[in-house]
Amino acid sequence: MLTLEDVRIEQGAFRLAADFQIPAGAIVALLGASGAGKSTLLDVIAGFLAPKSGRVLWQGQDLTPLAPGARPLSVLFQDNNLFAHLTAAQNVGLGLRPDLRLTADQKARVEGALTRVGLGGLGARRPAALSGGQRGRVALARMLLRGRPLMLLDEPFAALGPALKADMLALVADLARETGATVLMVTHDPADARAIADQTVLVADGVAHAPRATAALLADPPPALRAYLG
Amino acid sequence: MLMLSLGTLGAVLWRAEGPGALNGADWSAVRFTLGQAVLSSVLSVALAVPVARALARRRFRGRGLLITLLGAPFILPVIVAVLGLLAVFGRSGLISSMLAPLGLGPIDIYGLEGVVLAHVFFNLPLATRLVLQGWLAIPSEQFRLAAALNFTPRDVARTLEWPMLRSVLPGALLVIFLICMTSFAVALTLGGGPGATTVELAIYQAFRFEFDLGRAALLSLVQFGLSGVAALLAFAIAVPGVFGAGLDRPLTRWDRDSAVRRIMDGLWIVLAALFLIVPLGMVVLHGAAGLPHLPGTVYWAALRSLAVALGSAGLTLALALPMALAAVRLGGGRGAALQAAGTLSIAASPLVMGTGLFIMLFPLADPMRLALPVTALVNAAMSLPFALRALTPAVAEAEAGFGRLADSLGMTGMARLRLMLLPRLRRPLGFTLGLSAALSMGDLGVIALFADPGHATLPLQLYGLMGAYRMQDAAGAALLLLMLSLGLFWIFDRGGRAHADA
Repeated sequence: MLTLEDVRIEQGAFRLAADFQIPAGAIVALLGASGAGKSTLLDVIAGFLAPKSGRVLWQGQDLTPLAPGARPLSVLFQDNNLFAHLTAAQNVGLGLRPDLRLTADQKARVEGALTRVGLGGLGARRPAALSGGQRGRVALARMLLRGRPLMLLDEPFAALGPALKADMLALVADLARETGATVLMVTHDPADARAIADQTVLVADGVAHAPRATAALLADPPPALRAYLG
Repeated sequence: MLMLSLGTLGAVLWRAEGPGALNGADWSAVRFTLGQAVLSSVLSVALAVPVARALARRRFRGRGLLITLLGAPFILPVIVAVLGLLAVFGRSGLISSMLAPLGLGPIDIYGLEGVVLAHVFFNLPLATRLVLQGWLAIPSEQFRLAAALNFTPRDVARTLEWPMLRSVLPGALLVIFLICMTSFAVALTLGGGPGATTVELAIYQAFRFEFDLGRAALLSLVQFGLSGVAALLAFAIAVPGVFGAGLDRPLTRWDRDSAVRRIMDGLWIVLAALFLIVPLGMVVLHGAAGLPHLPGTVYWAALRSLAVALGSAGLTLALALPMALAAVRLGGGRGAALQAAGTLSIAASPLVMGTGLFIMLFPLADPMRLALPVTALVNAAMSLPFALRALTPAVAEAEAGFGRLADSLGMTGMARLRLMLLPRLRRPLGFTLGLSAALSMGDLGVIALFADPGHATLPLQLYGLMGAYRMQDAAGAALLLLMLSLGLFWIFDRGGRAHADA
């Protein structure tokens, strides 16, 4: 269970408050207008930004003092998810060892992860020689190997076309189900939330609201969400 | 780095005689140092303005090549250029032999004329590049607007060009002034005598001929004071980067042109190109004859120089990379201060550092035996400002693009350096290694203080050959040195560019 315990974020004039829990294994969307603070909240959970006050806990363990790489989570950013100078296999291998000193067995696991996301045999390619969707798959393969229980997605597929984005989200949902991971994904598109998220956190007016069932929330939107949806 | 600059200064302070010990010759050295630096920088910049203007507004075949060539003197060994200049302007040079049939005596450039000539040779190209950067930084829309308002060339100069020059020229003057103040090899080869001795040359003479360490130390303090004042000035005036990119784009202008203007521009470009190319051409021409018959000592000296150059390149990187990483990690004011500390050594004097190191090493070991390592170390310190200017922005860019990804994957320490930073720094690393190796290869500074003939580097050996009037051997050695310096730069810089993907 991920717990945001009375978290308060301040960045200049920007303020955001969050105080809720997300059950383990859930797929949760963070929905809101751009500038509402969705990515900022993700940064706090991932450890790139310290909250003004409050704590972030995973299964009761306080994450606040931990460095980003030491937290039980993996992140996909909006861009720059792969090192351009490393091959796809090396990028995936970083999920096993950050210094890339892999054993033969670990190399086999890298190839297995690439095959699982549909990129078998493409391990030697550099990101520049892969399509946008394939790059997303490489990043997901790395996430799979890291095996951290929490997956944070900061709209990594926003630049893809609608069909490709739907494929990638379906792959995320599959991987999450296989590994039992909890997923928190930022989106500004209600269709994304509807596609794979059983629950949705509405971020608006300086508050990240407690998660609600996505279908119910979108069927009967509160005023802030209604204003956003138009 | 601080150890190197302040530690050596401390050693110098400890050995220096009281300031009352400065004699008349010393004061005349101070006057000459300042005088030649002012004259050289003013001449370089004054000549650079018309050349840069011509390059900015004309398109012609070979323009890109000429602009690349303007960057070359920076890595050109001083002594090679001096030999080339003597072949053109010396007593038995091209110009003297052309004057002879007219009954005019040979011209003699030893002394102030020669020192200033060599400094202009080295710094006119640098000044031209700096001023050209200024010209190309004026948005072409402004020239279009000027044309729409029917400006005369005089109006364009007043409203657009003069304000640009006012902001660019002080920095260019200062950089060249600093370079000329600490350029030892030019004074060593073309200066000398009571009327044309710089402070650095006086340090060398006190050290080498009188073996008067106290006086050498005192003169080092004087040099340090001069550099210090100049460095303070550098904080007040923004010193421009020496390596600007994107000078290939000619300026599009709509203001009226005339045949006279075209001819004048062409003349400036041809004169500047000849001034650069002819001396180097003479080195190649004379050297080609001497190269096959070089004595073995020259090749040994070349090997020692290669070792020093490679060592110095490695040291430069070992100093610059941690400094660049720290500057980026600290960010903000402290990072900028660290970078400024590195940049300051542009005003530092290799001879002062050499004297300090000699005083520090003397009780511990025979400094003569350590001549080569000391030379590599001081050369590395002199390359540091350029290395930092190349590396720091590249580190900042790599961290901005991939720092969070590396953080999220727990890549720290060596893994981060090896897998994230070094691959993304290949180009600036190659450039830095090439530049520092070439600068060290051609350096004739500290080595002159320390080395005995048995441990001479190639530039020192070349100086010895010139002194012994073995001109054919000297020409051959000069060509060898030229090829090695340019070759080192080319190999490293090329290595950084090869397969530098994304």
